[in-house]
Amino acid sequence: MSALAIHKEPTVPVRKYSKKLLTELYGKMVTIRLFEQTVESHFLAGEIPGFVHLYIGEEAIAAGIMANLTNRDYIESTHRGHGHTIAKGADLKRMMAEIFGKATGYCKGKGGSMHIADFSIGMLGANGIVGGGYTLAVGAGLATKLSGEDKVSVVFFGDGASNRGTFHEALNMAAIWQLPVLFVCEMNQWASTTPYRTTTSVENIADRCQGYSIPGYVVDGNDVLAVYEAAKDIVADIRAGKGPALLECKTYRIKGHFVGDPEKYRTKEEVQHEFETNNPITRFEEKVLKAGALTQADLDAVYKQAEQEIAEALKFAKESPEPSPEAIYEDLYV
Amino acid sequence: MKTITFSQATQEAMIEEMERDPSVFVMGEDIARQGGIFGQFKELPGRFGTDRVRDTPISETAIVGAAVGAALAGMRPVADMHFADFMLVCGDEVFNQMAKVHYMFGAQKTVPMVLRAPDGLISQAAAQHSQMVEGIFAHIPGLKIVSPSNPADAKGLLKSAIRDDNPVIYFEHKALFSTKGEVPEDSDFYVPIGKGRIDKVGTDVTVVSWSHCLHTTCQEVVKLAEKEGISVELIDLRTIVPWDKEMVLESVTKTSRLCIVHEAVKHGGFGGEIAATVAEEAIGMLDAPILRFGAPFTPVPFARTLEQAYRLSPEKIVAGIRKMF
Repeated sequence: MSALAIHKEPTVPVRKYSKKLLTELYGKMVTIRLFEQTVESHFLAGEIPGFVHLYIGEEAIAAGIMANLTNRDYIESTHRGHGHTIAKGADLKRMMAEIFGKATGYCKGKGGSMHIADFSIGMLGANGIVGGGYTLAVGAGLATKLSGEDKVSVVFFGDGASNRGTFHEALNMAAIWQLPVLFVCEMNQWASTTPYRTTTSVENIADRCQGYSIPGYVVDGNDVLAVYEAAKDIVADIRAGKGPALLECKTYRIKGHFVGDPEKYRTKEEVQHEFETNNPITRFEEKVLKAGALTQADLDAVYKQAEQEIAEALKFAKESPEPSPEAIYEDLYV
Repeated sequence: MKTITFSQATQEAMIEEMERDPSVFVMGEDIARQGGIFGQFKELPGRFGTDRVRDTPISETAIVGAAVGAALAGMRPVADMHFADFMLVCGDEVFNQMAKVHYMFGAQKTVPMVLRAPDGLISQAAAQHSQMVEGIFAHIPGLKIVSPSNPADAKGLLKSAIRDDNPVIYFEHKALFSTKGEVPEDSDFYVPIGKGRIDKVGTDVTVVSWSHCLHTTCQEVVKLAEKEGISVELIDLRTIVPWDKEMVLESVTKTSRLCIVHEAVKHGGFGGEIAATVAEEAIGMLDAPILRFGAPFTPVPFARTLEQAYRLSPEKIVAGIRKMF
């Protein structure tokens, strides 16, 4: 199949979803949002070094996709990777500690915000090189195929990254070998400071799939249930051996390219409008409340728990020691 | 011992390691149908099938990236780069991914993969099919780099590289593939990464080299020098990263003179690292300035006369050594 398919609103009524699933999706989105807001404020206060790229406004994608994966499945993430890592089930304390550059972090303070990995849950790493993850995900898919397993390998990337040559090499390789790889495009409309229309020849990134004879799908990336439904079908196909696919999730990058970005390339009004009309969390809240699928008390409880977990993660990160200078030479070779 | 070619030696190494460990597989351009452009994979597809001996598209970036990903997912890939020059097509995958992920992710996972890279001068292949690039890759922490000069080391080092949990670049000089040498019969024979080899014991000057120019140019240097009564201790470095500093320092302590010979461009080449290290750590032992020989600071030219001018001259090297006394 090579036709482009548009996934619209899920046909399943909201109240038909289990309370467990809805709570889980909401919990992931809220945890990501609060985590990112916490990181932002502490970065601006000068407590977090380096660069930080936030996922605010794109939470529905990570939550919706990851609800269809297990810890045995692999993901490759981007420099905007906190959301994927949280949704895959990473430990918030070790994540926050890594972002603070502490010895207790996932990478012992050697990775930082752009390079968090947790191999124990199949999270093969966030990548500071735009477009750096595709071929690695293809390799993980190849390993899965060679060893006869049914794991799925998912790589997240932005619309800007789809202009890297790696995108085309990876799609072709995954297609010729029919590898179990899901390419997830987070079409957030900004490649650093450049709007996608000025650098991208196609309307949809998924249109490019036709050049590689793999199915490409487009979904509303701010509707977590739509993402969940689309990914459910596609992941099931991939797991059943039908080969790679691409899912393009239309969204909008609410924050600057990085924290501290002066954002001279767009207006505050545009961002405000997108946030007010398309915020995936408030859209979800309205939908589940209206359908009577979850109550305000349910949502409040999830929110409160997320707040508490992040407070604990922050405390852990702040109280953790920095790596000793001698650690610079550790772990270069095995 | 048996006498086989360098190419056969690398093939034996692959067969033994692929039989021993099902997670070892190999991929690259033209390897399954053609057996590699130098015939170095000829027997593998028949023995292991085209899943484990996999023809790839002409996508160096995807080959290396996929090898890294497969290694992170539990396999031990061997990826072939056709020509070492082509590794520069996929700089990000080698420099930023393969070399770094173990360290950058806090040593959560190793990257047990090998990149096979045929390098060096063959007859008039010109600027983009002839380079020695070990010095470029040696500059990046996280990679191990080997460069054998004979069939026994080719086999032993390739087996070690496949077993190593770190990413290893395996440079194999194109002009060596057809050369013959004695190789131990024992399938447990391997050459440790990081250990040099004294090719010839001597007393007056230490010559450090590796790969094809050790096999040819330096042997000629030894003969010419000895005719003049100069006894050369010839060290085959075998491994570029980590290099056998102790062996070189010990030899220099004995001979008091150091000459480094490599086929790569002299300017910024790995010989500079060896020279600087010996100068830092043993300058008091030296009776003469350190000599370095490498190619001129130009791309490899095509025309026969120009390529000849690019090649190392044993006579020039001996003339340089003569002046050390």
